[in-house]
Amino acid sequence: MWCRSASFILDKQQNDTVSNLRNPPDSLTPASPPPLSMPDTLQNPNPQNNISAYYQTRAAHHAVVTSDWLAQAQAAVTREPDGAPDTSVPPVAGKPFSVIDEFNSWRKQPDLAEAVAAIRALAAVIRNCQATTMMELEIELKKASDSLKLWDATSISLTAGCDLFMRYVTRTSALEYEDFNSAKSRLIERAEKFGEISCKARRIIAMLSQDFIFDGCTIMVHGFSRVVLEVLKTAAQSKKLFRVFCTEGRPDRTGLRLSNELAKLDVPVKLLIDSAVAYTMDDVDMVFVGADGVVESGGIINMMGTYQMALVAHSMNKPVYVAAESYKFARLYPLDQKDMAPALRPIDFGVPIPSKVEVETSARDYTPPQYLTLLFTDLGVLTPSVVSDELIQLYL
Amino acid sequence: MDARRATTTVPRVRQVGFFTPNAPPAQPSRTHSFPLDSSSPPLSNSPVNNSLSPVMIPPSRHLSDNLVHRATSPLPVPEPSAFRRPIRSHHVAVVGSYNPTESLLGSSPPLASPSSRVIGDGEFSEESSAGWFRRSNSAKFASSFSGAFDLTSVMSSEAGGFHQVKKPVVAQTQSTKPLKEKTTKAERRALQEAQRAAKAAAKDMTVSVGVSTSKPVKQQPAQKKDAPPPASSIAVSDRKGVERSMEKERRKDIPAPRMQFDDKSRVEKAKKRAVVNQSEARNRVELFRHLPQYEHGTQLPDLESKFFQLDPMHPAVYKVGLQYLAGDISGGNARCIAMLQAFQEVIKDYSTPPEKSLTRDLTAKISSFVSFFTECRPLSMSMGNTIRFLKSRIAKLPLTFSESEAKASLCADIDRFINEKIVLADNVIIRHAVTKIMDGDVLLTYGSSCVVEMILLYAHELGKQFRVVIVDSRPKLKGQALLRRLVGKGLSCTYTHINAVSYIMHEVTRVFLGSSSVLSNGTVYSRVGTACVAMVAHAFHVPVLICCEAYKFHERVLLDSICSNELGDPDALSKVPGRMDINYLDDLTNKDNMQLLNLMYDATPSEYVSMIITDYGMIPPTSVPVIVREYGREYLWI
Repeated sequence: MWCRSASFILDKQQNDTVSNLRNPPDSLTPASPPPLSMPDTLQNPNPQNNISAYYQTRAAHHAVVTSDWLAQAQAAVTREPDGAPDTSVPPVAGKPFSVIDEFNSWRKQPDLAEAVAAIRALAAVIRNCQATTMMELEIELKKASDSLKLWDATSISLTAGCDLFMRYVTRTSALEYEDFNSAKSRLIERAEKFGEISCKARRIIAMLSQDFIFDGCTIMVHGFSRVVLEVLKTAAQSKKLFRVFCTEGRPDRTGLRLSNELAKLDVPVKLLIDSAVAYTMDDVDMVFVGADGVVESGGIINMMGTYQMALVAHSMNKPVYVAAESYKFARLYPLDQKDMAPALRPIDFGVPIPSKVEVETSARDYTPPQYLTLLFTDLGVLTPSVVSDELIQLYL
Repeated sequence: MDARRATTTVPRVRQVGFFTPNAPPAQPSRTHSFPLDSSSPPLSNSPVNNSLSPVMIPPSRHLSDNLVHRATSPLPVPEPSAFRRPIRSHHVAVVGSYNPTESLLGSSPPLASPSSRVIGDGEFSEESSAGWFRRSNSAKFASSFSGAFDLTSVMSSEAGGFHQVKKPVVAQTQSTKPLKEKTTKAERRALQEAQRAAKAAAKDMTVSVGVSTSKPVKQQPAQKKDAPPPASSIAVSDRKGVERSMEKERRKDIPAPRMQFDDKSRVEKAKKRAVVNQSEARNRVELFRHLPQYEHGTQLPDLESKFFQLDPMHPAVYKVGLQYLAGDISGGNARCIAMLQAFQEVIKDYSTPPEKSLTRDLTAKISSFVSFFTECRPLSMSMGNTIRFLKSRIAKLPLTFSESEAKASLCADIDRFINEKIVLADNVIIRHAVTKIMDGDVLLTYGSSCVVEMILLYAHELGKQFRVVIVDSRPKLKGQALLRRLVGKGLSCTYTHINAVSYIMHEVTRVFLGSSSVLSNGTVYSRVGTACVAMVAHAFHVPVLICCEAYKFHERVLLDSICSNELGDPDALSKVPGRMDINYLDDLTNKDNMQLLNLMYDATPSEYVSMIITDYGMIPPTSVPVIVREYGREYLWI
């Protein structure tokens, strides 16, 4: 019975009432097809192997416009079967529910982080699940999160978000004493709450970091991070006077976008090329970066160039602050740069590269904890070493 | 008053810890509340005092005496304040003065002892109650050691002690009074004197019929003037009841300081009760005098001959002890398992003596075996943790269990500990560690760690292509055995000595090290040379991975390798077996100006450690306290 996976979905309107579990529509396909159809959706929408889905998500969110990428994105979008980009419209009734579809539809919201999208999708899994026992539900949830993780193994926040969600939802002692339906509604409640917490995380971080931005300071940022943008926005709104140095963020020019956003807020911005980090570090008071993932050592995995920026800042005794939501905490422990699954991306050099020349296409690097000063998370302002403590408490 | 208390608090608390392991047996009943109740009024002077119970004061051998006394005579019931106050006066002295005996040289006792002996002996002979005996015992300790620590208090209290015995008490209290009316400290001293006086009086009252009543009567007014003492003591004794459990908890938490072997008087005492007849080595290095160092090879035949005579020692324990001594069993896990299995034998053969409870008697027995093991070779920290586990299991046996049930449950517990905390933990560690080995890696290891060996073999089984560099050092050359086993399994190995580590480190990509213990501040306590390897690796930016089971984590903090270490056979340094040409030191061993130092362990600071692989996953060294906090107690509960 439990083999029947979460991929069946009732209409959202229908299953808003949890009680109608008993009479699933007859139009549903039998149990076996969905697993078969899974591989299709599991497949990365991208035909090109050497570009990770991680990068695509980033690109989509950060509105990067490289000509190369545009074509790929186009291809990716057209390949996606989901015709309804509006997320508020639920999947059509009778159509097999797929976490991936759900996830993708959530993912389209520009302000929603990948992990939160995954959390929302998993919450939908619970809602649409037809299981009749807790065990079944848990297994379905596990399957769904596994398929999500598989969908993009390189994305750290996606994996971490899924894991955390599983922890958060299933780890409740109250579940054992209730009948299934109320337990399920409780799970949904928890799931929604978790989704909310994750959404609010950015606000919390922005509030926490205000104490660290003082009038007249110069902040260096790297790449485009929604949390960092939120932090700077909040600071600007509270009439703080500061200026920002934006790195260009080659090759996807994420820094350009951030500088655009900041200019809209009337924050003085200066754009630098990536190699000017050390040159300008003298004038900088603090470095602010986001993170793709925060690993167990307390270090971060972030866009390529973060490590060297942290190194330069460290050698010049400038503080390096990381803004990262707690759903990005991952149970990973890279020992060095090569000790993680590389996320590859295309790099457009503008000129043809001879075939004999190798191109380093990794999209991110690992910054060890000793180069970070503080992490702003929704759990509070943490030193890097606390990350591991939090992770141990979360996962063990 | 407060100031003085503050100064004395810290060492005393540490002191308490020392005796904790021995404390339980002294308590006659299972419930902790009653015996403490009877014994702790003396401490109830203040919250600070509370933590020091007389139960803890006598070392283990006294405890057994107490046990006997306790068992045969009725318990001292919480008594009129006349009793309480005198007792307390002893302990006031204890507070300030007892500790130093552990840490300082025993040079002062001669000064203090005459008077205290008088008191103690007097009480000893006069008192019939067991409770009194015990207290007087502790008081003896207290006053005899006070000289070592708090000079001011010593002067007064010792003087008081003399007077008390020889003269009417009143005169003494009055004579001391004028100077202490002003300050709080003085007040407190006056209080002490009064209490001491009261105690003497009470003693007289209880014991001697023929003594004139004039002394107590006269003494009363003196006490009246210091109104606070009785009141406070009563009040505090009430409060104490609440704090008792907490105190007890805290006491358990405090690690036991080690025996300081440069403390001659204690060494003498320890020697008297020692089973192993160790002769101490000459020419010990100044900095390491506090560690035991014995002539190696002298005790073994002696012990072997005793094999059939030693009654109290279980043969299994004896065998394991001899193996420790001879070095046949080495390595943290092996020693732990051997010890646990010996204890298992002990428990299987154990039968509770009449009129004793299993919990208490077995704990005492285990303690005596542990001290025997310590004589054979100082315990490792992991063994300390293991013993703690076993004792807590014994203490937590349900009262309803019959003897056979209790024994079966203990044996099962031991088996489970070995299985879960060592065997399975190793498996988990291996699985974690293998994920960090890539094709083309060059792995360096130092010495011979069984878990590292298992990791290497498992990675090889998985078909990973890597090379191993084994770094070794004299005099143990354990790496050679490892090398032999690895080469036998078909791994490609490089063998070198630690002298070449900076040369070989260029090509290394990962350093895997075992460890004897990991401490709360992330310091790795491991075989000597490990720190050197880790530092060189750090200098070359090679990640250092420490593989260590979580039962070896210890809440202690270590800053250097001097405070806590083990000395090996110094002759091993000077003699190279099989090399007749290297005999430069042969005739120098008895020279006064030559000292040989053969350290067994060293401490690697946490900044040189990239990762600790444990059964709870891969953690940074900063997270060790979290594991200790969250799971350290777990095995006390399983």
